[in-house]
Amino acid sequence: MRGKKFLKGLGVAAALTFGAITFSGNAVADSARDYINVVGSSTVYPFSTVVAEQFGKTSGFKTPKIESTGTGGGMKLFCSGVGVQHPDIANASRRMKKSECETCEKNGVTDILEVKIGYDGIVIANSKKSAPMNITRKELFLALAANVPEPGGAESVVPNPYKTWKDVNPALPAVKIEVLGPPPTSGTRDAFVELVMEVGGSSFPWIKALEKSDKDKFKSICHTVREDGAYIEAGENDNLIVQKLDANPNAFGIFGFSFLDQNADKIQGIPVEGVTPVFESIADGKYSVSRSLYFYVKKAHADVIPGMKEFLKEFSSEKAWGNDGYLSEKGLIPMQDDERKSFSADVEALKKLSCGDL
Amino acid sequence: MANIDIVNKGLQKRYRAEKRFRLYGICAIVASLVFLAFLFISIGANGYTAFQQTFVRLTIYFDPTILGEANDRENIASANFPGIVKKSLSEMFPEVTSRGDKRLLNSLISSGASYTVRDMVIKNPELVGQTYQVWVPADDDVDMLIKGHIERGVNESERRLNDKQVSWIEKLERDGNIEKRFNTIFFTAGDSREPELAGVWGAVVGSFFTMLVTLALSFPIGVAAAIYLEEFAKKNRWTDIIEVNINNLAAVPSIVFGLLGLAVFLNFLGMPRSAPIVGGLVMTLMTLPVIIIASRAALKSVPPSIREAALGVGASQMQMVVHHVLPLALPGMLTGAIIGMARALGETAPLLMIGMVAFIVDIPSGFTDPSTALPVQIFLWADSPERGFLEKTSAAIMVLLTFLIAMNALAVILRKKFEKRW
Repeated sequence: MRGKKFLKGLGVAAALTFGAITFSGNAVADSARDYINVVGSSTVYPFSTVVAEQFGKTSGFKTPKIESTGTGGGMKLFCSGVGVQHPDIANASRRMKKSECETCEKNGVTDILEVKIGYDGIVIANSKKSAPMNITRKELFLALAANVPEPGGAESVVPNPYKTWKDVNPALPAVKIEVLGPPPTSGTRDAFVELVMEVGGSSFPWIKALEKSDKDKFKSICHTVREDGAYIEAGENDNLIVQKLDANPNAFGIFGFSFLDQNADKIQGIPVEGVTPVFESIADGKYSVSRSLYFYVKKAHADVIPGMKEFLKEFSSEKAWGNDGYLSEKGLIPMQDDERKSFSADVEALKKLSCGDL
Repeated sequence: MANIDIVNKGLQKRYRAEKRFRLYGICAIVASLVFLAFLFISIGANGYTAFQQTFVRLTIYFDPTILGEANDRENIASANFPGIVKKSLSEMFPEVTSRGDKRLLNSLISSGASYTVRDMVIKNPELVGQTYQVWVPADDDVDMLIKGHIERGVNESERRLNDKQVSWIEKLERDGNIEKRFNTIFFTAGDSREPELAGVWGAVVGSFFTMLVTLALSFPIGVAAAIYLEEFAKKNRWTDIIEVNINNLAAVPSIVFGLLGLAVFLNFLGMPRSAPIVGGLVMTLMTLPVIIIASRAALKSVPPSIREAALGVGASQMQMVVHHVLPLALPGMLTGAIIGMARALGETAPLLMIGMVAFIVDIPSGFTDPSTALPVQIFLWADSPERGFLEKTSAAIMVLLTFLIAMNALAVILRKKFEKRW
């Protein structure tokens, strides 16, 4: 008899849970959400989460939920429509693309607020155990591109022949080229390609001319990173790169400034074109390899989701993104005073972004 | 040559081959033990320090002029608690006067200190106007210094605390105002961006809800499917196809189930993102084949004589299954279910697709609240720049391993205790 009861219980339990689950699932989807839903860039994630935590602990609203989906993935979710099942805010480590803005408009997301939050430097670093050196973006391009201009000076490319840094520039040490960096899925890689490889490639006049005449060829020269072992894709985990650099003094790593900031006892930033990546040089724009960080807000949700306006206010307050704010402690490079003022005024007024401006 | 000579001639060689063969086996076992030991030792060595946390003793005067006389809880929660903490700190170090130095001094104490003080006052409003000694968490940099992960001997520019700060910490040490204590925060708090305030409890609760949904769905469905296939279904081409497919499903990579969950549960049925309920449903799909296969094996191991005897005394097919076969097969089924659940507990890939890889501070209180799971928490911490998260990551792995070992041990005990051998 025990077995029979058990079987009955089993059936009833299964039916009940299944019913309950479908019911509650639908119920929640229909009712309002009481927390803010943020998606997007993994570079903005460390800053966004700090603000969210601060906001959740002091404001009395629920703590916003933040997903690190990458900038592109975040935009896709953000632009998929208006309604509580879609995210309210998208973080981005680059500006929204015109095509993304148009997708947004097509799906009814017409009112978007754009907020720039500050800068992030991309650093090239090596272990403190090895000698410091100075590098230029042209040298980095020559060391890391899959195809480089023919060393003889002809206007054609050959597979990258350089084995050591000395081969690239006789002034550099005779150390094997070994660079650990992010994979193509990463926003840091996008920014590195744009800020270093494109600029480095453009230092050759004929490649620069290609940018206008043959954009595809320009891209294939500047965007293709060598795959013969000199550039090692180290995954998205920047902590791992730091550990590997510490173990191998000959290797260099590419990652966000906050990792250099947190591990200053183990690694040192390499000066690019003579400018060392430190807080001040990134903030005043002297350090060239830096990018702007943004987030985008769905204005239609501002009155629907509780705490939206307060969260924006917290994010754009001086104690968060100001010069001495808690975000700068986490490695965000703040904007200049007047730029901050103009963006916090935009937040106050919920200024609408039009796709034409992008 | 006699046969025996041929045998004798090759005998030595055969003995040697035999010996070598055994040696290979021993080598394989030793190698796997070494890997396992290396894993446990490196995790243990990195993580054991996380179970202790550095606290600083502050003498806090619950100043009515700062807190205001307001006794209603609404107002008191938003009072200037950071101010109270800062005031007590500057009374401790009266020699620190300049603005910059004060900032440095205040950065030794975790931003969580003011929440500790706030919670004390909310719990007991009588405290206002009195003076108490309170242990508050230190900043993660201080914690790392005390634990020796940041060296004191190195040049000032090479560590995150400067010489002044280190001298203050040394003063606190001399006065006995700083000490390592058991880290209750780690076991009671949700995620945080400050290593000293981060805990696994939110992830444990999220995992619990997810597993509850998985167990409630996959066990009944899996057992019912196994019973039908084993006891009632006719053996024909259709049941063969179903069997092959179930075996195939058990080998499908888990990320595929995540994609399925995204398409069906989120996009089609419109269920909430990041909710344990969806996580549980996806895990159900993943564990079902495992449970069906284990349950069928358990049913097969029940000898036919039991079935024949039951049918012989006039039991119906259903009575035979429910009264006799199922109770005997149940321990084996439970074992299969527990092992399937243990696999689901350690799974991250499908959760990535349905949005459970996210920063979530609040402890989930139901099946539809946003939440993470234990392995996801490990993944997120491993990717954080702060040094303090290194040990937290290893500690969280230890917590997860403890759960996994406990579940597997339960499976072994169940099998040992209830399984009948024929």
